[in-house]
Amino acid sequence: MTDLVRMAGIEKRFPGVHALRSVSFDLRSGEVHALMGENGAGKSTLMKILSGIYPKDDGVMEIHGEAVELDGPKAAQKLGIGIIHQELSLMNDLTVAQNIFIGREPRLRFGRLDEAALNRKAAEIFASMNLHLDPKTIVGELTIARQQMVEIAKALSHRSRILIMDEPTAALNDAEIAELFTIIRRLKADGVGIIYISHKMDELKRIADRVTVMRDGSYVGTVEAADTPISTIISMMVGRELTNDVVDIPDLSQADVLLEVEGLNRGREIRDVSFSVRKGEILGFAGLMGAGRTEVARAIFGADPRESGEIKVHGRPCAIASPSDAVKAGIGYLSEDRKHFGLATGMDVRNNIALASLDRFSGRTGVLDESAMRDTARGYIEKLGIRTPSDTQEVRLLSGGNQQKVVIAKWLYRDCDILIFDEPTRGIDIGAKSEIYKLLKQLAAEGRAIIVISSELPEVMRLSHRIAVMCEGRLTGILPGGAETTQEDIMHLATLRAPVMQPEGADA
Amino acid sequence: MSLARTTPAPSIFSRLIDTGAHQKLLAFASLILLLVGFSIASPNFMQTSNMIAILQATSVNGVLAVAATLVIITGGIDLSVGTLMTFCAVIAGIVLTNLGMPLPLGILAAVGTGALCGLCSGTFIAKMKIPPFIATLGMMLILKGLSLVISGTRPIYFNDTPGFDQISRGSLIGDLIPALPIPNGVLILFLVAAAASYILGRTVLGRYTFALGSNEEAVRLSGVNTDRWKMAVYALAGGICGIAGLLIASRLNSAQPALGLGYELEAIAAVVIGGTSLSGGRGTVLGTLIGALIMAVLTNGLRVLSVAQEWQTVVTGAIIILAVYADMMRKKKA
Repeated sequence: MTDLVRMAGIEKRFPGVHALRSVSFDLRSGEVHALMGENGAGKSTLMKILSGIYPKDDGVMEIHGEAVELDGPKAAQKLGIGIIHQELSLMNDLTVAQNIFIGREPRLRFGRLDEAALNRKAAEIFASMNLHLDPKTIVGELTIARQQMVEIAKALSHRSRILIMDEPTAALNDAEIAELFTIIRRLKADGVGIIYISHKMDELKRIADRVTVMRDGSYVGTVEAADTPISTIISMMVGRELTNDVVDIPDLSQADVLLEVEGLNRGREIRDVSFSVRKGEILGFAGLMGAGRTEVARAIFGADPRESGEIKVHGRPCAIASPSDAVKAGIGYLSEDRKHFGLATGMDVRNNIALASLDRFSGRTGVLDESAMRDTARGYIEKLGIRTPSDTQEVRLLSGGNQQKVVIAKWLYRDCDILIFDEPTRGIDIGAKSEIYKLLKQLAAEGRAIIVISSELPEVMRLSHRIAVMCEGRLTGILPGGAETTQEDIMHLATLRAPVMQPEGADA
Repeated sequence: MSLARTTPAPSIFSRLIDTGAHQKLLAFASLILLLVGFSIASPNFMQTSNMIAILQATSVNGVLAVAATLVIITGGIDLSVGTLMTFCAVIAGIVLTNLGMPLPLGILAAVGTGALCGLCSGTFIAKMKIPPFIATLGMMLILKGLSLVISGTRPIYFNDTPGFDQISRGSLIGDLIPALPIPNGVLILFLVAAAASYILGRTVLGRYTFALGSNEEAVRLSGVNTDRWKMAVYALAGGICGIAGLLIASRLNSAQPALGLGYELEAIAAVVIGGTSLSGGRGTVLGTLIGALIMAVLTNGLRVLSVAQEWQTVVTGAIIILAVYADMMRKKKA
C-alpha cells in the first residue's frame, strides 16, 4: 500500500476562529479511512483544504508522494481528488451520461455534440464499477442511492484515485447502503483511497479500515477500525472538559404538563416520537446532524405536515395544521436559520418584534398604532438588553445575538408559553451565548416550557433539566439532566440505530 | 435617520422613502431633466394645455401602476392589470348601458369585479401555489377573452348615462379654481395613490405587504396567515384596476373590449423606473407616480418634437434598462 495523501501540521484560521490546529491525516491506496468528529470538529474544513476549496494557512500536503499547493478545486481535480458532497449536485433533468461529462462533452465538428461517444464513455465507467445503469436515464428518475453512484462515476471519470464521501448514507435505506458498500469495496480493490465522513458508528465497523477522530479543530488520533471498541471512539470524539457551570434542576414533579406530544410520525424523518414538557422545564434535544430534531420541532409547530401524532397543550388536544394554529395555542418556534425563517431582515427591529402581533396594534380599521409599537419595541430592547442604536434599525445590521433576542421578543410579546429554540446560539459569539443561556433559564423560571435543540453537547448539558436524544428520526431515550448524565451517555443514544429504550410517556 | 425623527409620519414610511431615496432622486431628476429638455426644444411643450394632456395621459397608466406596485412589493407580479381594467370597463358598460342601472351601481360593479378577479388571482397564487407570473398570465388571457365574449366584441357606449364622461374628463378643481383645470381623472389618480400610500405605510395590510416581500417564510412562521394577506393584496390591486377601468371608459365614453393588452407592461415599467424592487420588500407609490410621469412625458415630448411614434417605444425600453442599471450600480457601490 502506498500513501495517496499525507497531510501534516495543517493550520487554518478564519476571522475569530482557529478552525484547524496542526492536523495530520493520511490516506493509503485501497483503504477506507473514516473521519469522525462532532459537528464543528473541523472535518469539513480539512476536506475543503484537501479538495482545493480553501487554501491552508500552514502545514504540508503531499499527494502521491509529492508536496503540492492547491490553488483551487480544478487543481485538486487534476491530481485525482474527487469529492461527493452530502447534498448531491446533479442536474435532475439531464441524463446520467450528460451529468457525468458536463463541461467536457465529446464533440463533433462545428460544435455539435457526440451523443454516442458520450453514452459509450459513461457505459465504460459503469462497467468498471460493475454497475448496471443505462447512461440515457434521466437523473431525476433515479433513487438517491443511484444518484450517488452517478456522482461516484463522475468522480471516477476524472480518473480520481482519492474519493471524499461526505455522509454518503445520510439519505439511504439499508438496502441502498448495502449497494453503496458493494461499490466502495470494488473501488478499494482497484486501489482507490476513500475518505469516509460519517456519524454512524455501525457503518464504521462494516466499511472502514482506519478511523481518524477530530475534535475542536484538533487531531485526536487514528485507530484501526476492526479492533477498536465503539466506546473508545466515542470518548475520543467527546473527551472535552465540561464547563463547571452545573445546571440547577428545579423539582417540577408538581408542575403542570404544558406540552405533550404522542406518536408523532412522518416517513423516515420522524418515527413515533413521544415526549412531554412541564411548566418551568427546559427539555434539551440532543442528536447528530440529520437526527430529525428540527423536523420534530417544525411538525409540532405546524410548519411541515405530519402523518400522525397527537399534540396536547395544557392537557387539551390541539389541532395544529399551520404555524398560525400553533401560535394561537401559545407555541413559538425559533429557527436555527434566523435569516431565512426568523426575521424579515429588510425591516426594522420594531416591526420584527411586532410581526406576530400586528393585530394588537390596530383597531378594526387596520390602521397601525406606531407609537404603541415603538413603546413595546423599546420596552423589549431594554428588558432583553438588545443592543441596537434605535428601534428603527434594520435587523440585518444587528449582530447574531441581538437578532436572536429580537426573535425572542417577538414570541414573548405574542404570549407564547411554549418556546422551541432550534440551535439558539448558532452564529453567536461566546459573550452573547451566555446572555442567551441566562435568558432561557429566566424564561423557564417565569413558568414557560422551553425546548432547546442543540448540536453542541456542552450547551445541552448546561441548560437542560432533561435531555431527549434522537437518532435517525427516533427518540432513542430521555436522560436526566445534571451531573449524572455524561456526554458518552448522550453520544451512545445519538448513535443508536434501533431503539432499546421506550421513551418516557406523559408522566415523566 | 434624521428624517425618522423630524417627520410625524411613522418611521417605516420615512425609512422607505429614505432607502428608495437615491433611485427616486434619480428618477425625479430625470423627470425634471426631461421637462427642461423638451421645453427648450419646443416652445409648445410647456404650455398648460400640454401639461394637462400629459397628466391626463398618466392617469390610467398611473392607477394601474399603483396596483402593480402593491403586488410587486409582495414579491409577486400581476400581468392581468391591463385586461382586468378592460373587463371592468365592459362590466360597467353592461350594468349602465345594457341594464340601464344608475351610475353608482356601475361604479360599484366595476370596482367589485376588479376586486373579485384580483381575489381569484390571489387564490391561485396563495392557495394553489401557482407562480404569480403564470397565474396572472392565465388571468390576463381569460379576462381578455371574457371581455370580448360578454360585449359581443363590440364597444359599449355610455351615451345614456349622463355624467359618466365627467368621471375622467370633468374638472372639480377647475370649477373651483378656473386657472387650474386639472381633470378629475388626474385627481382620482392622486387620490388612489395617496390611499395606497397610506395603506402601505400605516395599516396592517401594508406592513404585511412589505413583510411578505421581505421574507414570506419568516412571516408564515410567525404564525401569520400569509395566504389570506396575499389574497387581500391581490384583491386590493384588482379593485384599483377596476377604478382604472372606469377612468378609461369615461375618457373614451365607451368600453372598448379589444383594449388592454400591453398596459400591464407599461405599468410594470413605471414601477421599475420608480425604484421598486422586482424581488419584493421595497418600493413606494410616489416612485411609481414619478415613473409613470416619466413615461408620459417621454411619449408626449417626443410627439411634440415630431419624432415618429415607432421610436417612442424604443426610447422607453432604453430608459427602463438605464433606470435599473443605474439602481444596480448604486447598490453595488453601497
